[in-house]
Amino acid sequence: MSVKSIIPQLLAQLPAHCVLSHKEELRPYECDALSAYRELPLAVVIPETGEQIRTTLQVCSENGVPVVARGSGTGLSGGALPHAQGILLSLAKFNRIIEIDQHNRTARVQPGVTNLAISKAAAAYGLYYAPDPSSQIACSIGGNVAENAGGVHCLKYGLTTHNIQALEVLTIDGEHLTIGSQALDAPGYDLLALLTGSEGLLCITTEVTVKLLPCPEVAQVVMASFDTVDAAGAAVTATIASGIIPAGLELLDQPAIKAVEQFINTGYPKDAVAILLCELDGTQADVTAQIERVNQVFTEAGATSQQVSRDEQERQRFWAGRKAAFPAMGRLSPDYYCMDGTIPRKHLAHVLNRINTLSEEYQLPICNVFHAGDGNLHPLILYDANKPGELERTEELGGKILELCVDVGGTITGEHGVGMEKINQMCVQFNSAELQQFHDIKHAFDPDNLLNPGKAIPTLHRCAEFGAMHVHHGELPHPELERF
Amino acid sequence: MTIQQDLQQQVQSAAASRTPLAIRGGNSKAFYGRTTSGDTLSLDGHQGIIDYTPSELVISVRAGTPLSELEATLAEEGQMLPFEPPHYGETATIGGSIASGLSGPRRPYTGAVRDFVLGINCINGKGEYLRLGGQVMKNVAGYDLSRTLTGSLGTLAVLLDAHLKVLPRPQLETTLVQHCTAATAVELFNQWAGQPLPLSGACHMDDTLHVRLSGMAEGVQAAASTIGGDSLDNAAQFWDQLREQQLPFFSGETPLWRLSVPAATPPLALDSATLLDWGGAQRWLKTGLPADVIRTSVAAVGGHATLFRGGDRDSAVFQPLLPAMLALHQRLKHTLDPAGIFNPGRMYPEL
Repeated sequence: MSVKSIIPQLLAQLPAHCVLSHKEELRPYECDALSAYRELPLAVVIPETGEQIRTTLQVCSENGVPVVARGSGTGLSGGALPHAQGILLSLAKFNRIIEIDQHNRTARVQPGVTNLAISKAAAAYGLYYAPDPSSQIACSIGGNVAENAGGVHCLKYGLTTHNIQALEVLTIDGEHLTIGSQALDAPGYDLLALLTGSEGLLCITTEVTVKLLPCPEVAQVVMASFDTVDAAGAAVTATIASGIIPAGLELLDQPAIKAVEQFINTGYPKDAVAILLCELDGTQADVTAQIERVNQVFTEAGATSQQVSRDEQERQRFWAGRKAAFPAMGRLSPDYYCMDGTIPRKHLAHVLNRINTLSEEYQLPICNVFHAGDGNLHPLILYDANKPGELERTEELGGKILELCVDVGGTITGEHGVGMEKINQMCVQFNSAELQQFHDIKHAFDPDNLLNPGKAIPTLHRCAEFGAMHVHHGELPHPELERF
Repeated sequence: MTIQQDLQQQVQSAAASRTPLAIRGGNSKAFYGRTTSGDTLSLDGHQGIIDYTPSELVISVRAGTPLSELEATLAEEGQMLPFEPPHYGETATIGGSIASGLSGPRRPYTGAVRDFVLGINCINGKGEYLRLGGQVMKNVAGYDLSRTLTGSLGTLAVLLDAHLKVLPRPQLETTLVQHCTAATAVELFNQWAGQPLPLSGACHMDDTLHVRLSGMAEGVQAAASTIGGDSLDNAAQFWDQLREQQLPFFSGETPLWRLSVPAATPPLALDSATLLDWGGAQRWLKTGLPADVIRTSVAAVGGHATLFRGGDRDSAVFQPLLPAMLALHQRLKHTLDPAGIFNPGRMYPEL
């Protein structure tokens, strides 16, 4: 059987230390940051050269063995969950910044370089890489491309897709392609957009050219308290309506504020029902003018108090609480589950109130810490996996929240990806023709379905089964399909 | 029958009989791309704004909506299309702007058409109605096909509706003029772009550079004194004429080439009248030089060249793709347009 012979075949062509196949060696790779899903692969391959990546792909392709690529394993949707009959391809050793082009403001980097390392290296030129997922200290740029990662600053500066210029990739056959170019566009179809966020289903990225931006002269944060979540939501809308695009605009609700204060005591107003953190950046003159405007807008929206960071140290302190929010939850509860729906901002108050009702129904506490400026929610459901049935209830509640997002015109994932986690909810967001179109696209790149199979795009049969359990708006989805 | 159903039916019957369709919005960009022929599939009747809440910074619009109407609607609310699309005629539609993927002078500083496309509803070559992307700022569910349709010149699908991100109009814009050579202009543009300055346009022609600054009044004024130069009256008109190719540089019958190169590339040794835009990243050439001379020179610096206007419209108007890349394009086209009926040959003869 070819699947079982894959390890000797890989060992015949790769250095022995690049191939891990003992159970205890595989264990660290059994999951990504969504640890509720675990699986051991047949083997882990950790190549050290581009040629070794190509060889691995060719051997797998010839033997019909699935390949799951992994960067730093910080993904939150199970995108790097191994395949039990497949190879896990770790790109961790591709951690070199190849070149920084100061004049064209780009950097060519290998896929395993961490997001933050790029900005650190570019700082010598007064430049930085804008997308800043909260895991930026650890997450790899290759993973960022696979997930189209966002972050606090994407309200003003965009997602990964807006901040990369070119990719070097290998197809499952080991064929090399250059996607995009060193110029601002490339001839032909915009495959750069198609590959960004494709969750490792279409190609393996071997090099990324990112765009670098000049570091802002100054950044300051306005922290404002509100006595209702509705008022804070309205303040978000009013800020955008006033013509200001903040660099970041984040909301923390009361449970989140309390958790953070217990954890690191950063000085957030403990009596606030919601706080907004609004960062403004640019030249000093620009920022001063924007702060004046934001103060006025927040006051009109009913802010009960406002503080403006006076120096870089204070700005960091304002952000420290936001950044510590997830670990703070980890202290409050044995486990938490982080959701990632995005909604049109105008439905913010409605959706947050509905989430509260669901939280009570399911008897599971929920904290909200999120990118309010672009409507990207991150409700955190607190649960205890050791209590029988609680994980299942949590997942069901999470599913309900995502469907609520779709109902108001939003999406099931803003920046974490579908992976394994939200594969059922894809059936709610897309119909059969749309899902089939996605499968056809995959087939154009990977005809044997070997790259990260079973993730991101559900099979129509899976949707039919999910639909049988799940009647949406009183209608069974995909009525044209046989039920299994 | 709705317009959408009618269009779906036209596509289905064209697919069944393998009849090529020439998809048409306002027909203002018929000069662009390669010659194509087919029965006209008109989006003329499919007009109007579907949804617009200014504070969302999102507008949903039907593809046949005139660009001027869309821009006027946004302007009433103090907003704009950040990619500053060229019209090239009064009949231009938003669908055509997205399909041709062309962006104006603001592009290097705020982004291209594709950067502001959040979602597209379209009809594929099987006549199926597909909703791709969405109407929210961040959305990573499913492949990002709506951006891939952008700039595909109608060769993949019929665009019906688009959800676009929009931005507030800047409080103040000012344009400064300095006299210098093209080589100096390229250096200055890229020095400035490496600093936190509110740039929104940078072009050079006739030994003169124009640089535009946009933002809050205080920030623009501070940046203007850093950069220096004479301020230009009627600046809005200048940038409009640049975007619409109405400056004297663009007149005449000589073929117009568009070169897309890394911004800091020094002036190329192609003996032709040249206008630099996009801070050096987009260069217009009026030239009769052979295509291979231009393309070899541009490829050497990591760019590509398009025969934008004039010349032989049956030739390789766009930079030819490497064989593996072309094969992938063909497979991709086949998934969306299996009968090969949408604008055949408009982009490449094989698509």
